Amino acid sequence: MYLTKEEEKMLDGEYGATQAKLLRILVKMGEIFNADRLIPIASAQISGVSYRTIGDAGIHFLKSLEGAKVSVPTTLNPIAFDEAFLKELEVDEEFHRKQMEIVRAYVNMGVKPTMTCTPYYYDNIPKFGEHIAWAESSAVIYANSIIGARTNREGSVSALASAIIGKTPNYGMHLKEERGATHLIEVGFELKPEHFPLIGLYIGSVINGVPYIRLNGDLDDLKLMGAAMAASGSISMYHVEGITPEWRTALRDRVERITVTKEDIEEYEGEEIDVELIAIGCPHVSASELRKIAEFVRGKRKREDVELWIFGARSTIEKESESVRIIKEFGGKVMADTCVVVSNAGKIYKRIGTNSGKAALYLRKARFGGAEVMVRDMYTLLRSVIA
Amino acid sequence: MIKEGRVIYPGKARGVVVKCDKPVVILGDIDPKRGTVEGCGAIKDRIFVFPRGAGSTVGSYTLYALKFHGTAPRGMIVEEAEPIVVAGAIIAEIPTVDGVSIEDIPNGAEVEIHDGKVVIL
Repeated sequence: MYLTKEEEKMLDGEYGATQAKLLRILVKMGEIFNADRLIPIASAQISGVSYRTIGDAGIHFLKSLEGAKVSVPTTLNPIAFDEAFLKELEVDEEFHRKQMEIVRAYVNMGVKPTMTCTPYYYDNIPKFGEHIAWAESSAVIYANSIIGARTNREGSVSALASAIIGKTPNYGMHLKEERGATHLIEVGFELKPEHFPLIGLYIGSVINGVPYIRLNGDLDDLKLMGAAMAASGSISMYHVEGITPEWRTALRDRVERITVTKEDIEEYEGEEIDVELIAIGCPHVSASELRKIAEFVRGKRKREDVELWIFGARSTIEKESESVRIIKEFGGKVMADTCVVVSNAGKIYKRIGTNSGKAALYLRKARFGGAEVMVRDMYTLLRSVIA
Repeated sequence: MIKEGRVIYPGKARGVVVKCDKPVVILGDIDPKRGTVEGCGAIKDRIFVFPRGAGSTVGSYTLYALKFHGTAPRGMIVEEAEPIVVAGAIIAEIPTVDGVSIEDIPNGAEVEIHDGKVVIL
């Protein structure tokens, strides 16, 4: 891999041990993926924020970087709670303290404490063709597919290294030729809103490549499908014919064809259950989703035996304050900074309804609480919580 | 026997091999407090040999946690480094080599890593 003189110097430690170490991560990553060089990035999104996953060792590491600053706009993934809901989310004092210590360590490096998996709505908006280094697989797949920005699926540490160094190795999704379709996917049944996340889970589990999909949906539908696809497998980009920005040049002569059947997706749907919690916002809700929810529940009353929790970016929630007011009046809770997967929600509630295939995939795992989860479309879920 | 691999994190380390034959899910299979790997045993002060890392990228922090808890291996040999092991080995400063076949590195053997070289003693 080609390194500039400056990069050579940095790698040799001329700018300090921290810079040398972080650059080494990017260079070695580049070597294993045959990158030709490092390229500048426009922004970064960092995961590895939850105290539950990185623990005291993570805090120790972040503090060891003291003095290092991010060199590009950098945003942060969700944490385990919204400070306004510590009781509901059963957060104890020590956990709260340690989690905030992590957030502070990132803030000291110049990271914006956005605590969202949807930075692309307001907090950190990439442009078409821009090179970025993002962690958080649902944001990666959104940025590549819907926006046409270019990022590999970065890890917690490599995204942080890129944020500080301001570069990423040039391979994979950064290269035009790697962004072409490998599979052509058609849907062999009548598509309904609840099918998007299920199709996503299925595609992610059967292919590893760049699917080109023939179906019709809005950006919220595609967000749910993409997040599910990225969670059940390792896909970082898809095309949707007629919709996503690079679809016209995506198809090649040789692609594998797959038709998704109703039977393929059935196993992901989950049995009809009496839920204790309806969770919407994995990935975090868009402004349009918040408005749709508010419109639907306006003036109605929530059933007392079912909780309705909506998760969103603080920025989205602040911009949609009227929708939030209506949802609260209905009896729902609108939480920022966290989500149904990284909070204790899956440990508190054992029967959950959601419109998210990604949330269902995780919440069903023992490590996240092993809840029974049914995936339905947003309106079906909302109808079920009305008194 | 001497094998030539690629340096992921430089340094010299000598010790007894603890080998896993299957990819290791770093966040999940490794218990950093105990310094053990599910199905493979204790790796503290050993040379940890495995084909490749797998699972969540947060696993890099698990390798750092081994260092933090004083349970880290002296060195690591992998057939194919992937992002979790690359970032983890570097932040934990564990001498690590990749690009060598591990088939003929027996469990329990005494080996030395010296930058990209693996010497089976």
